[in-house]
Amino acid sequence: MRAYIIRRLLLVIPTLFLVSVLVFLMIRLIPGDIVVLMLRSRGHPSLTDRAALEQELGFDVPVLKQYGRWVGVVRDRDGSFSGVLQGDLGDSLWKHTPVVDEIVDRVPVSLELGILAMLLLLIISLPIGIYSAIRQDSRGDYAGRNLATVLIALPNFWVGLMIILLGSLWFGLSPPLRLISFTEDPIGNLGQFIIPAFIMGMAETGMTVRMIRSMMLEVLRQDYIRTAWSKGLRERVVTMRHALKNALIPVITLIGMQIPYMLGGAVIVETIFNLPGLGRLLVEATLERDYTVVSGVVFSFAVLLILTNIAVDLTYAYLDPRIRYR
Amino acid sequence: MGNGTTNASSEMVAEPKRRFWLVDIGIRLLKEKPLGMAGGIITLLLLLIAIFADLIAPYGMNEIHVTDSLALPSAAHLLGGDHLGRDLFSRIIYGARISVIVGLVGTFLATVVSIGVGGLSGYFGGKFDLIMQRFVDAWMCFPGLIILILIMSLIGPGLWNVIIVLGLVYGIAGSRVIRGAVIGIKENVYVEAAKAIGCSTPRLLIRHILPNIMAPTIVLFTTRVPNMVLTEAAMSFLGFGIPPPAPSWGGMLSAEGRTYMFLSPGIAIWPGLALGSVVYGINMFGDALRDLLDPRLRSGVGRYGVRAPKKEVPRGK
Repeated sequence: MRAYIIRRLLLVIPTLFLVSVLVFLMIRLIPGDIVVLMLRSRGHPSLTDRAALEQELGFDVPVLKQYGRWVGVVRDRDGSFSGVLQGDLGDSLWKHTPVVDEIVDRVPVSLELGILAMLLLLIISLPIGIYSAIRQDSRGDYAGRNLATVLIALPNFWVGLMIILLGSLWFGLSPPLRLISFTEDPIGNLGQFIIPAFIMGMAETGMTVRMIRSMMLEVLRQDYIRTAWSKGLRERVVTMRHALKNALIPVITLIGMQIPYMLGGAVIVETIFNLPGLGRLLVEATLERDYTVVSGVVFSFAVLLILTNIAVDLTYAYLDPRIRYR
Repeated sequence: MGNGTTNASSEMVAEPKRRFWLVDIGIRLLKEKPLGMAGGIITLLLLLIAIFADLIAPYGMNEIHVTDSLALPSAAHLLGGDHLGRDLFSRIIYGARISVIVGLVGTFLATVVSIGVGGLSGYFGGKFDLIMQRFVDAWMCFPGLIILILIMSLIGPGLWNVIIVLGLVYGIAGSRVIRGAVIGIKENVYVEAAKAIGCSTPRLLIRHILPNIMAPTIVLFTTRVPNMVLTEAAMSFLGFGIPPPAPSWGGMLSAEGRTYMFLSPGIAIWPGLALGSVVYGINMFGDALRDLLDPRLRSGVGRYGVRAPKKEVPRGK
């Protein structure tokens, strides 16, 4: 197990390297000249502006050197190493503040949103999925399956808008403009986060209901379940203790695979509900064409995803001792 | 048993009626999967509306009637007007066309990319596969919508840009499935045989491998269409997709829709409802079709019709 963990962590290094190359290349090489875009948004472009801006952005040196500077293995203009390796993602092009500071500011909101979304997903999908499986083809099963399909099909941004719209039309409620901090007012904070968190994980909740149902159905057909029944165990013991444990192991991996989609949902939810998280930072920076912030946020999203993937793999290995890691 | 005479009578009973296979699937859909049938009808309606949008829509998609801005639903404007006085009903009809184009063309492109990347990677294997897969790994480290926003912000909004980017992103994500299928198939003896009689690599890939990965390809295709439609709407909603004044359902809900929805709720309600029901319909239809077509899920005698009679070969011949 320890060897597996170490190898898994070592594998992160080449992946991170490739991720950094992709982020860098996408921003620099995709058609659409950043310099032109930035000049256009600044107003009146001229040739001297262009040269100055190129120098400001550090585009006046070869691409490989730019990449080296960004990563932090080549000296910057001031002679120091400051790049990703040193924990420096550069300065915002507009605000001239370090990108890392901006990201660190925004992380708590996104983290709370993510954790709440995950909790809600489990609270909703576990009972429905299990019930659907143990009462297969009953009315409750049909209702549960339909609910899952509806959750998958409804566009999350539309549901968000509807909640805001109907809340204001019927109850005169509107989402608070200011972020309520958890330490000052925990209930107000949860009230502000719970609906966005549900919407963020809506489609994933539907998917999870389906997965739990089919995994449970598969496990319930196994021989050892028949043995458990024939021993005369009560239904609750058979389904909860014998079936559920084995059914949940693959579900954990599959929930882990949903995380990237939930991160996408964060962008939408934070935009609709005015929550200052990472997703909104990305949208704002993209609209402002602040490419150091954009690349910094995209890179940190990727790192977050790599870390969650490892966590999921390790949980899987911990939960299922049958698996041998070579 | 063993000689042809004893099971002649059972054969007569068991012989199913010969019908065109599409009719057969239609009947089974109706009998076994009523919800799937409903989904199929929604899908068909969507296609018809998209094709005949010009005939159905009472007004042009960008035709402005200034006096009817934010108008309530009436006989002239079934769903009312938007903030510029455009007929909401007509715009939603034309929006169906955009969704269909994005859904079908985008998915087709994604499938081509998946087959290209996954097929080559799986077929050639070795170092080529190793390097390709590391890039796919790294690519998969970016959450879908985030990489879409990034690329769209660089190449600029537009219908075809959205389709190309969606095709590329979904295509690379789906290439794993194709790669897995190809690796399984290339171990087959007939591939080796084809190689032995001197088939060229392109011929091998196209004539021997490609037809055999159709099953996972079709499943990928059908599950992707609704995702594609939803993602396009989400991107247009955030302002990185199809720019106004094109009547994209997602775009109709974005900044302008959000500003005016408190004055005229219809602006925000209808496009989302259209989007939701279309995605629901395609999903239900796709699931039902997969259940019916996937032979692994069909066990024994089906609920409808009878299993085809098994012709017994007389022994000793």
